[in-house]
Amino acid sequence: MTAGADVLAATDPRPPIDLSSGKYLKLWQGPQHPGITGNMSIELTVCGDEVVEGKTHVGYLHRGFEKLMERRTFIQVFPIVCRVCVPEPDFNEYCYAAAIEELAGIEVPERARWIRTLILEMGRINSYLMYLGGQAGAFGLGVIGQWTTHVRDLMLDRFEEMTGARIYHMFILPGGVRDGLPDGFDRRMAETLREIERTMADVENVMFHNAVFKKRTRGVGVIPVDLVDTYGITGPNARAAGLPNDVRKDHPYLVYPELRFEPVIGHESDMYARADVRRRDLLVSIDLIRQILARMPRSGPTMSRLPNVLHWKIPRGETYVRGECSRGEYGYYVVTDGSGYPRRINVRGPSYTHAMALLEHLIPGTNISDVAALMVSLHTYPPEIER
Amino acid sequence: MRDVLSPFLAWKNLFREPVSIADPLNREAAPRYRGFHKNDVSKCIGCGTCETICQNGAIDMVPVAGFEPKDGDSGLRPRIDYGRCCWCALCVDVCTTGSLTMSNAYKWIDADPDAFRFVPGVDAKSWDEAEDGYRRADGHHLTIRERVPMQELAPEVRVGGFDEIVAGYDVALAKLEADRCVSCGLCIAACPTHMSIPQYIEAVRDGDYRRGVRLLYETNPFSNTCGRVCTHVCETACALRNEGDPIAIRWLKRHIMDQVSQDEVREIIGAPAPATGRKIAIVGAGPAGLTAAFDLAKAGHAVTVFEAAEKPGGMLRYGIPEYRLPYDMLDRDIDAITSLGVEIRSDCRVGRDVAMAELHEGHDAVVLAIGLHVGRSLRMPGSEHPQVRKAVDLLRSIGEGMSFDVPRTAVVIGGGNVAMDIARSLARLQKLTHGEVKVTVTTRKEPGHIVADPEEVRECGEEGVVIAYARGPQRLVIEEDGRLTGLLTWRIVPKIDDKGRSATICDEGDAVVHPADMVVEATGQAADVGLLGEALTEELAWNRDRLAVDADGRTSLPWLWAVGDCINGPDVVHAVADGHRTAAAIERAFAETSIERTRPDARR
Repeated sequence: MTAGADVLAATDPRPPIDLSSGKYLKLWQGPQHPGITGNMSIELTVCGDEVVEGKTHVGYLHRGFEKLMERRTFIQVFPIVCRVCVPEPDFNEYCYAAAIEELAGIEVPERARWIRTLILEMGRINSYLMYLGGQAGAFGLGVIGQWTTHVRDLMLDRFEEMTGARIYHMFILPGGVRDGLPDGFDRRMAETLREIERTMADVENVMFHNAVFKKRTRGVGVIPVDLVDTYGITGPNARAAGLPNDVRKDHPYLVYPELRFEPVIGHESDMYARADVRRRDLLVSIDLIRQILARMPRSGPTMSRLPNVLHWKIPRGETYVRGECSRGEYGYYVVTDGSGYPRRINVRGPSYTHAMALLEHLIPGTNISDVAALMVSLHTYPPEIER
Repeated sequence: MRDVLSPFLAWKNLFREPVSIADPLNREAAPRYRGFHKNDVSKCIGCGTCETICQNGAIDMVPVAGFEPKDGDSGLRPRIDYGRCCWCALCVDVCTTGSLTMSNAYKWIDADPDAFRFVPGVDAKSWDEAEDGYRRADGHHLTIRERVPMQELAPEVRVGGFDEIVAGYDVALAKLEADRCVSCGLCIAACPTHMSIPQYIEAVRDGDYRRGVRLLYETNPFSNTCGRVCTHVCETACALRNEGDPIAIRWLKRHIMDQVSQDEVREIIGAPAPATGRKIAIVGAGPAGLTAAFDLAKAGHAVTVFEAAEKPGGMLRYGIPEYRLPYDMLDRDIDAITSLGVEIRSDCRVGRDVAMAELHEGHDAVVLAIGLHVGRSLRMPGSEHPQVRKAVDLLRSIGEGMSFDVPRTAVVIGGGNVAMDIARSLARLQKLTHGEVKVTVTTRKEPGHIVADPEEVRECGEEGVVIAYARGPQRLVIEEDGRLTGLLTWRIVPKIDDKGRSATICDEGDAVVHPADMVVEATGQAADVGLLGEALTEELAWNRDRLAVDADGRTSLPWLWAVGDCINGPDVVHAVADGHRTAAAIERAFAETSIERTRPDARR
């Protein structure tokens, strides 16, 4: 045991766990487990059906993206950033592009800024739809996942017709976006949004007005509001604790200052409150997409002129660019040294704090059957922890 | 109670068709979908830019049957490995010709993994004719198409003298222009002397002009000159030409030389290798002879260049007008060559001041680089009139600073760059002497088919020179008092002859007399081989009126070599390439034989 661990043990008010006493059992949940949202595992120590300790273990999904980026030219980083986070890849594209544009002094055309905002809100809806299916599924409510997967597929159709791909869109190039909207996109998007709204009404009835769901989620996994800053908690996890933290409002980017919306907040800070914040935030995104389509410019360039990307050198500099993804603050810290390659790119995904430190903090005292749902309720994506 | 009953609303879907039935085998992808690639291989030039940008290394440029390398086309085509491709389409965005696109096909099953590595457009696929798929949006491309404009003297200013027209890029503009290069290297293959063009353009981008000069001198000791007057076949081969302006390679070369002082150039060239004891005589101090002299001197041989004219430079000095190539720039190139110890004996005509036999006696090798300094005549009625001049003679007079009566009205016969040079020189002299330009160029070619560079033709027109297209010269118009007053031409009419070959005929009905006090024939040149003497002329093998040489420039006599315009032509960069080739061949010949066996005086 290291000296640091000694100190921690000394300050921990909980009784020490004596594994040889026979009262405790070690259980591994993951890395392959239906209740785990990706490849990571939690080492649980249980006493009866109560979990007394949970240690998070990551590393199963490490692909070394940040290092790969250092070995690629600035344009070559573009196709791989989206792969950092599979379920909501567009924030990687946006943050990387915005960081590069800032460091290289490139202005993005107005039309591209609207289209980027549209893409990010579409991605947010998809991410929430996946979450809702997962959250309900963690309690055996499988039908919600079937519904949300269906409407998510419709949104993927919209992504496909706009960007040319369903999952990894690779559409937000540094300098703008690759193209405008295809003909008839607005009509089909309006239909998709209506379909999502219908589904969300069903989800509300079946999942949120559900005695079982409420019983299992209310009062469970409460994040004390004073923990929010200590643990670097952002996004719906913080808003469900009553804090109106939203990067879209706090550090406005793209065209958010021109759109009407308020951060959705909850109060109880438990699993139910977090799920409800996300459900309502999804409806806000639907409204934002309608505002964007009604107001965005329909002509003009979508890309600004870039230097020759084959030997693009960016002056020495560093920046941190952030955006509000469905899970909280997503950021790219980019350092350039005047060469043709990024010196350092650090991806700050909200899952890092939520899935590791916060989860370890929340697990002790929960019922073993709630652990998977608790992890889902923090809405974490291991790919962005690992990068 | 609501929380108990509400979940049962899910039962309303009990009798609905399941929604998760999208049939992946019959579902069409969106029109923009990024599916398997298509390549219009006849449009593709194999520049490999797609291969360069691919971050997965999924693209390899491979030779394919039916496509041979040629200027502006590597003959290679992209082969894509779909085990690596991530469908990002950067290759499509950066393609210099727009040949590479994507279909929206995504369904393809094959048990053989190797089937997923193929050459689009060559290996036939079911989606080759697909209409839909990803292609660049209007205005979206990752190459930069417009050339950085060059500052030039305005036509009305430049025609008033022989000042250099082109200002040259400053550092900022040169960097912008250099930034456009995609570094494909098609230019290297096209350049007769295979200059390291992408590399020296990179040196411009980096602002490392010393590296630039070093790279230039690896292949071309006439970079000040070529940076101004090269015929730049590299730019004709430039990949960017397909969808925009080619890189201004010539101007960037000049820019490098403009940035480095002559002292630094001499320092970068460095000292020659230790003396070998070999002696070489070169006849003619033009670009071919001096390039050979540069290489041979660098290798440590003692090189003497015999030049008949007052100053070295050959056609560069006595053929190219100063507004295109200032003499001091030519002098810089020659200075760098003599800094290696090359001795140039000007005003020394072989055949008059020194005999070929003497050169043979005293040297291990003799190189003829005598150029084409004798103007050819059309020999039409009246050609012998004293006011009918040959372009090379007149240009030489201008180069030597000799004065002659500038004609008020002049006609130039010919459609090549020499015709443009003399027409524009006469225009300047007319402007200076008489205040107005009255020069007409008659050419047999139709507009657009003229041999001269398009920019020469354009600038010619800007300076007030009139070009009369499709005119066949018939005879000089000479008055009874012996005065030359004009040139009679007939219209040239294109015609297909009985055997289906294209030919031309002259239409006598469409005759024009172009008024002229002087008619200049710019209709080709010949080499002055008189210096060889009868015995040597007899001894040598000939190819019609040109010396017969092998691929290395060696004549039928092992000690005698010939380079440049007198055997190859037609321009300075070919002469430079020729000089290098023959210098290398002489080196090889020296390596094969001991010094005693090559030089008659050393044998004794």
